[in-house]
Amino acid sequence: MMRFAPALLIVAALALLRAAPAEAVTIEKVESPGGITAWLVEDHSVPVVSTSIAFRGGAALDPDDKAGLATFAADLLDEGAGDLDSTAYQSKLEDLAASLDFDVDQDDISVRLRSLSANLGEAYDLLRLALTEPRFDPAPVARLRAELLDSLSRDLHQPQALAYRLWMKTSFDGSPYARSTRGTPQSIEAITPDDMRGLVKARFAKDVLVIGVVGDITPAALKPLLDKTFGGLPAHAAPDKLGDIALRRSDAVVVSNLPVPQSVVVFGQQGIKRNDPDWYAALIDLNILSSGGLTSRVALEVREQRGLAYSVSASLDPLRHAGLILGQVASRNARVAQAIDLIRQQWRSMHDTGPTAKELAAAKTYLTGSFPLNLDSTARIASILVSMQLDHLGIDYLDRRAALIDEVTLADAKRVARRLLEPDGLFFVVVGAPANLSAARRVAPIE
Amino acid sequence: MANALCRAALGFLLLLLTAAGPARAELFEAHEFKLANGLDVVVIPNHRAPIVTQMVWYKVGAADEPLGKSGIAHFLEHLMFRGTKTVPPGAFSRIVAANGGRDNAFTTHDYTAFFQDVAADRLALVMKLEADRMVNLKITDKVVTPEREVILEERRQRIDNSPAALFDEQLDTALFLHHPYRIPTIGWESEMHGLTTADAQAFYRRWYAPNNAILVVAGDVTAQQVKALAEKYYGVIPARPVPVRHRVAEPPKVAAARLTMKSPRVAEVSWTREFLAPSYRAGDKQYAYALQVLAEVLGGSADSPLYKGLVIDHPLALTAGAFYDPDVYDLATFGFTARLKNGVAVGDFEAAFDAIIKHALEGGISNDAVERAKKRMVSAAAYARDSLSGPARIVGEALATGQTLDDVENWPERIGAVTLDQVIAAAHLVIHDDIAVTGVLMPGPTS
Repeated sequence: MMRFAPALLIVAALALLRAAPAEAVTIEKVESPGGITAWLVEDHSVPVVSTSIAFRGGAALDPDDKAGLATFAADLLDEGAGDLDSTAYQSKLEDLAASLDFDVDQDDISVRLRSLSANLGEAYDLLRLALTEPRFDPAPVARLRAELLDSLSRDLHQPQALAYRLWMKTSFDGSPYARSTRGTPQSIEAITPDDMRGLVKARFAKDVLVIGVVGDITPAALKPLLDKTFGGLPAHAAPDKLGDIALRRSDAVVVSNLPVPQSVVVFGQQGIKRNDPDWYAALIDLNILSSGGLTSRVALEVREQRGLAYSVSASLDPLRHAGLILGQVASRNARVAQAIDLIRQQWRSMHDTGPTAKELAAAKTYLTGSFPLNLDSTARIASILVSMQLDHLGIDYLDRRAALIDEVTLADAKRVARRLLEPDGLFFVVVGAPANLSAARRVAPIE
Repeated sequence: MANALCRAALGFLLLLLTAAGPARAELFEAHEFKLANGLDVVVIPNHRAPIVTQMVWYKVGAADEPLGKSGIAHFLEHLMFRGTKTVPPGAFSRIVAANGGRDNAFTTHDYTAFFQDVAADRLALVMKLEADRMVNLKITDKVVTPEREVILEERRQRIDNSPAALFDEQLDTALFLHHPYRIPTIGWESEMHGLTTADAQAFYRRWYAPNNAILVVAGDVTAQQVKALAEKYYGVIPARPVPVRHRVAEPPKVAAARLTMKSPRVAEVSWTREFLAPSYRAGDKQYAYALQVLAEVLGGSADSPLYKGLVIDHPLALTAGAFYDPDVYDLATFGFTARLKNGVAVGDFEAAFDAIIKHALEGGISNDAVERAKKRMVSAAAYARDSLSGPARIVGEALATGQTLDDVENWPERIGAVTLDQVIAAAHLVIHDDIAVTGVLMPGPTS
């Protein structure tokens, strides 16, 4: 470790104090007369309400020949609903100064609505229309189809997107996680408005719905809105038949050639799922090994000491049906091989000996102390409320989180480093024109 | 979700965030005072959670660099993390993290800003650290050599790997004939290689002083607390003579320019048209508010002429919008961007674009459109208070580019006071095809 000058010994001692608690927010479970449940954090300091909702079941549930269906359909939900065509719908939203965003990942379809509290009723009504009466008119369908096809072809030229796609495609070959959430040009061409109507009917249902609401609203005011907005959804979604999805081992390094001065690398290995009993020890280990900041072991070796990259990091990336550790680094073609070697070395060293007591203490104060920094806006709190429900963490999770981290012992952290990290199982996808990686397999880019 | 704004979105969002309704000053309770050594201090109390953000803004950026030393302002930003007389290289971020905080920094043409988000009880700690590196920075070859590699990797990652970013760099040189806004903030690669320890030391000594800085603290604190801490940690740093920011003036533009770049790494045609425009501080600055409304009217909504005309009604483009950001020290840029649909000829698109702008300039903008745009902009301002760091950034940027706190507070009123006539006059002031800079980035083999 670095030498600390005398003045800093005081600082180091301070670090052992517990940082501020997260209990600044109080979460209340609100159940409407019609049986819709939402988690609510009341905060009347700003006349704003942020709502996050999610339907369990995302792009991974799309049929193979219609991959990208959930994304395509979600793109169209604010492009006309009920009596309103695309322009009328969006103008109404804009005049309310509200914003409505849909997002589809492999596991879930998420919706975020931000509104002034004065306009909440009207904003929720637009949300209800989007979820229950989307129009899928031919013109917006054609426009968004062109936009999706365009984004797919843009990906082919962007090293970061390409590396990620190749990593997922190779590691999950033969399973839905191998596909882009935006499908392929062929599957996007094959999707019809009827497919989208089918998706809305099959997936937007009460039994897969979770809701988080934060801001200037009371439980009494929220309850009728919940019934009005979500009461018309069907009770049950089509069943999610996906089981655990295994990660395939691959060559250690594959290269896809692209004429760029800097090689972009996505790397990773099998991880653990969010409900794994070793989650918090793993979180600490990865924070020490490869967190996004400048303080991790990997950042110290690759960036601070050698200037091999501007950004380098890796973290736990749990999907619902598979655990992952995913990272990225980008280095000029001549030196990317060295960056990869250093990452492997650090992986091995953490696997073999785990963190030091000092690193463990610093990671704990960071992970417990920095969490409340996420609670600064209604939108961020609402999205945390949804994640907590999707991950079954319990409504008292924010109160328990610090203890769950603090109770990880050095022995736990070492054991989990050994269990989890696979220096020989790390799989690197390199997109660029790397030098000195001749042993690697070269692969064609995605079609 | 498909919306009209492209590049405009970010700058414009920040603008929206600057406002919070007529009662804003009371609601933010922002306080401003000066220490005896000239340090400007702004406190924005926000007691939602026990957290604070500390930002220090230096009134110096890439446009203040000596000729031939492009990138030195940003390089120095990086070196500010590499140690002082008492804090070893890399320890700054490690101490912040070990105290549950997050830190980072950013550089533009006009300012260099550093920030930490921490629990409120750690404010004294980060003030001590930030004050320390205001005056005690130790820049040695040992840290300069690897860090120079880091900024070169950053350039490759942000610019050289991306045809669109490379093209934007070239466009800036066409828009600004002489003023240093033509030089990229990250630096020209050839000059970055030559940046030395002595260059960084000279730039630091020349510009980094309390009398050339703004301290902004937002969060769970009072002005009295901040004042006491600021006196203790920053107040002891003596003022030093700092040069007047003297940038060369931009000569009158008398010719239109057209830049075309072909790249095998782009999927579709990206089109840009830019004009020099007044900012809050430079040029015919009385138009700075009307120009914001103009950008919103022309391209900021679903029924705006650019989006409706070019994307919806006669679909030649996938996106189309207008952008304008007056938060700069010298002249600003007003512009339009579009991504063309596959197969659409640039000439056909431009003819349609020109017709829309001609119509707008010749009476096609309605009073209703202006009033609706203003209403959207002002009502969205309520979201400004819905975060910790948003207001701190808005105030810091404004003060660092020559505005006052009063200007920030009165933004909604000034937007509200903009008339249709002013919007039309602003459009006629800025939009002249005979001095436009037009950029076309298209797929194709490199020559």
